[in-house]
Amino acid sequence: MPELSQMRFSESHEWVKQDGDTATVGITEYAQSQLGDVIYLELPTVGQQLDAGGRLGVIESVKAASDLFSPIGGEVADVNQELKDHPEYVNQDPYGKGWIIKLRAIKDNPKLLDQKTYDDFVKDKSPS
Amino acid sequence: MVVTAERTPLYEEHVRRGAQMTNFGGWLMPLQYTTIREEHRAVREAVGLFDLSHMGELRLKDDVAAQHVLTRDLTALRAGRVQYALLCNDEGGIIDDVLVYAMSDGGYLLVVNAGNQDGDFDWVSSQSTDGTVLNVGRDWALVGVQGPRAVGLVQRLTTSQLEGVKYYAFIEGRVADVACVISRTGYTGEDGFELFCGNHDAARLWRALLEEGQADGIRPAGLGARDTLRLEAGMRLYGNDMDDKTNPLEAGLEWTLSLDKDFIGRDAIARAQRRGLDRKLVGLKMLDRNIPRHGYPVLSDGQPVGVVTSGNVSFTLGYNIGMAYVPSALAEPGTRLGIEVRGSAAPAEVVSLPFYKRPRPK
Repeated sequence: MPELSQMRFSESHEWVKQDGDTATVGITEYAQSQLGDVIYLELPTVGQQLDAGGRLGVIESVKAASDLFSPIGGEVADVNQELKDHPEYVNQDPYGKGWIIKLRAIKDNPKLLDQKTYDDFVKDKSPS
Repeated sequence: MVVTAERTPLYEEHVRRGAQMTNFGGWLMPLQYTTIREEHRAVREAVGLFDLSHMGELRLKDDVAAQHVLTRDLTALRAGRVQYALLCNDEGGIIDDVLVYAMSDGGYLLVVNAGNQDGDFDWVSSQSTDGTVLNVGRDWALVGVQGPRAVGLVQRLTTSQLEGVKYYAFIEGRVADVACVISRTGYTGEDGFELFCGNHDAARLWRALLEEGQADGIRPAGLGARDTLRLEAGMRLYGNDMDDKTNPLEAGLEWTLSLDKDFIGRDAIARAQRRGLDRKLVGLKMLDRNIPRHGYPVLSDGQPVGVVTSGNVSFTLGYNIGMAYVPSALAEPGTRLGIEVRGSAAPAEVVSLPFYKRPRPK
């Protein structure tokens, strides 16, 4: 079960969940529904430094290629290798098996949205 | 300016099913109902149902004008048959690609792209002297039933014998008690029908097909799957793979040209043919996991030589495919090219079109 209440969200539709010194990053349910079937992800390598709001990689879906952004800054500690063969995990389980990277040595940690604020933010974007 | 997208008579059906809607050619259309992958697979393996009511239809009784605006000789087109043809401008550029239906009353029905229907109407009208061109696209709905189980499904809903309706032929009949033109055509690479009916009957026909098709595993399919299906089948999309600056020869559509008859654009096309072609539309198979997309540069030895016009994943083949214009010297199957994806050259190989051909029943 995703622990949404423990996650924080960016306005570019990434989530981050912090556990002590490390943080896991993925994209939200809303993002995966807008992207449609994910075909391929271009991801950073372990050890790479990411800035908060900086480009993390690219997600190719059947509809378009979209940039992914890192909600917080730090060093890439792990990349979800399962997504190479199973990019559909991002669609099926964006808060679980579809996680994208883990960060350590978190440096900048800007203010992000909590679940309720993000849900309202998304609701405002919906056409009706 | 406020641009309001038009709605088809099936709009409510799509919204009720929770379809993601998108503006396509000025029409609010379903992009997907569940996922493009699932809808694509349903069409390849079972049957899919498409709302194509955004497509335009023109009625044209003027034989002389029809022969003058269409690239293909119509004299051999018997009533009840359909032909793919082009409308070209004086420079030989493609104004639209259309299906021409020879009606039993002697006139023609032209099925044209949604976003071009009013422009095509003006163009064809301006070339007709007897004023009989009618723009009927907004009175008619069009429903596509496509896939290996499509013919059996439609047959269960009609007393007309469909066995005798060959590919690119049509009859008039009733499907689910709705008066239809039943046309064995499509844009997916699969067998099936396209059913034209009056707007007021569209929802009744749509629901009857969905209900009867449950046993076949029918799924409504959106424009997303329509695009991935047509790409696998090597079918060009107007506005992406060709436009009014494209010559039919470079688009690989020489088979739609009757150069021995007089039609608008013929002289320019014949001149281009004598001169030889600078570029050609080719199929691309990606050799890594990158996806070629509309507008991406095509590279040879690191230099830009062309541009991608369409590209996506091929769900059926399991690799990524595209179409691109490249110099004629680089158009041979087997030629290695690069596609510039985010600043790097992704390896690709020229392959012959179509990418996918349905298995023919024996």
